[in-house]
Amino acid sequence: MNWSKYSAPLSFYPLAGNMIPWFSALAALAMAVGLYIGLLVAPTDATQHDSYRIIFVHVPAAWMSMFLYVVMAIWAGIGMGLKARLSFMMAQAIAPTGAMFTFIALVTGCMWGKPTWGTYWVWDARLTSELILLFQYAGVMLLRTSIDDLRRADRASGVLALVGVVNIPIIYFSVQWWNTLHQGASVSMTAAPKMAAIMLTAMLLMTFGFWMYSIAVVLSRVRCVILERESQPAWGDPSSVPEVAEAR
Amino acid sequence: MLQTVSLSCLRGDRRLFSNLNVTVQPGTLLAVVGENGSGKTSLLRMLSSLLSPEDGAILWQGQDIREQREQYCAQLTYIGHLNGIKDDLTAMENLALSASLAGDHCDGPVAHAALEAVGLRRQAHQLPTKVLSQGQKRRVALARLWLSTRPLWLLDEPFTSLDTAATGLVTEQLQKHLTRGGIAVVVTHQEVGLPSGLIQRLRMNG
Amino acid sequence: MNRPSLWEALRGVVRRDLMLAMRRRADVAMSVFFLVIVASLFPLGVGPEPAVLRTIAAGVLWVAALLACLLSLGRVFTADYLDGVLEQMVLIAQPLPVLVVGKVFAHWVVSGLPIVLLSPLLGLQFGLDGEALGVLVLSLLLGTPTLSMIGAIGAALVLGVRGSGLLVALLVLPLYVPVLIFGAGAVTSSMAGMGGEANLSLLGASLVLSLFFSPWATAAALRIALE
Repeated sequence: MNWSKYSAPLSFYPLAGNMIPWFSALAALAMAVGLYIGLLVAPTDATQHDSYRIIFVHVPAAWMSMFLYVVMAIWAGIGMGLKARLSFMMAQAIAPTGAMFTFIALVTGCMWGKPTWGTYWVWDARLTSELILLFQYAGVMLLRTSIDDLRRADRASGVLALVGVVNIPIIYFSVQWWNTLHQGASVSMTAAPKMAAIMLTAMLLMTFGFWMYSIAVVLSRVRCVILERESQPAWGDPSSVPEVAEAR
Repeated sequence: MLQTVSLSCLRGDRRLFSNLNVTVQPGTLLAVVGENGSGKTSLLRMLSSLLSPEDGAILWQGQDIREQREQYCAQLTYIGHLNGIKDDLTAMENLALSASLAGDHCDGPVAHAALEAVGLRRQAHQLPTKVLSQGQKRRVALARLWLSTRPLWLLDEPFTSLDTAATGLVTEQLQKHLTRGGIAVVVTHQEVGLPSGLIQRLRMNG
Repeated sequence: MNRPSLWEALRGVVRRDLMLAMRRRADVAMSVFFLVIVASLFPLGVGPEPAVLRTIAAGVLWVAALLACLLSLGRVFTADYLDGVLEQMVLIAQPLPVLVVGKVFAHWVVSGLPIVLLSPLLGLQFGLDGEALGVLVLSLLLGTPTLSMIGAIGAALVLGVRGSGLLVALLVLPLYVPVLIFGAGAVTSSMAGMGGEANLSLLGASLVLSLFFSPWATAAALRIALE
């Protein structure tokens, strides 16, 4: 199958449209099962009782917020390297979803904080990193809307996204260095999880569900972006060849 | 030799020009004319490598300028709409700095000579350029042409703000440049007072 | 077909900016005044109790220095962008990232170095002494050039954009956070008796990293702004 023909935005439009229902279905299914397990099946925690269950939304949302930033930066990088408009459109479409997950992570973090530590906001490593990540998303989106010229907006927010993605691990490290109050990462891909396996399953399912949801939403947003940006053909007769006259 | 191959330009939503093919031989001045907004400045900025084309290529001595950016920049002198001089510095200081950043060594007498050649009175040389008139500032900017030994000159409306005498001086310097085998691409609204054998005209339709 | 040597080009760029700064000495003073004013606002807001001031000194002085750097970013490239000097600089036949380092260095000498030099006096106002003061100065000496280098990326991205003053703050502050943490952390840990070396080394590493990587991002942003 010739994938490169889909790099033209107008060809990608119908392909994206066809993919959306599948991803939406997967998302709904995964989230339904994940929430069922997380809210109903997983055992009550000894110290935190039922309030810990917010973790099934909070942690996947935090993971997605960081993952989406990296994906956005990758699309921006591809766009700058290959000068492909569609790549920039994908980066443009991802930013709001990433920001949304960051916001969800922050809000659910606050909801977790109140019963657990007594205050809505704690300046711990993960929440503070998420807050700064939200500022980074806001910066990328605001930079794009502040620049009128589309091409410059694409490339400038691309540069910012790439600089920001380098900043994410640095922020994470420096904020941890600054404060290690937040419950240490209890799920890691390589180390044995400190949580019961059933909790891990629920969290992974929710993460997968959020991921499918993101793909569906980003595809439908990029279709809107394509309509906005491509529906008007560049005006000016494309075949106007300037006259070159040799003066005698 | 300067060549454009299928050059096209997209600014915002407008395609200013497409499939532009021009060849300029040494000793020729390419006069780019056309209405406002027809892409003349964009073309010049593409030739200077400040703007990248949407499609097509620009060849210098047969080689794509994108493959040899620094070497290409070493061969051109670009004077755009903006003068590229600092208001707080004197004409002498501005010229000396421009020259040294272009690799031309320029001491006091040489700088004075260049400023006088472009018609700036000696008393004005040591004044901060912010007290000079528009025309005088333009002359300070153009004085670089008397110091430049580079083969390609890209000038965007160089005669703006200049009086007839100054226009004549600049035109004369352009002729010397062409006689030495140099190439000049000049965006201009007015006729360049050079023998027609030296001029190639490009009309942009935009 | 003359081209300047790398050193000649770098020297020319730095010299031009330093000459301009000499003609407008008020600009240098502005950073300093801003720093003093902001630092003075905190005791006015929090109360003059020495113990409290000592506790917040590291953070307050570092935030004030950071804000002063942030405000000065409008002066790195904007004037050159508006009068055409920037496009001439981009056309110099030498690598743009190197010239960017020159520009930012000159900018730091005018806007950042005065902060470093004034900081001991402000530290005394907040009741810092001896070792803590030394660590404060050293942390700012390592930190302010880093802030200038990182800030230049933001300054280049917003050239000619409306509302760029506030926008550059939003773009650059997330990038400033690590430097702030290490810088203020150095002073705090020195005051707590643990010595500032760890944080100072992290500051040094940040400076080196920013010197290597941010000029490329800034150069890319400048070319994008000039298109």
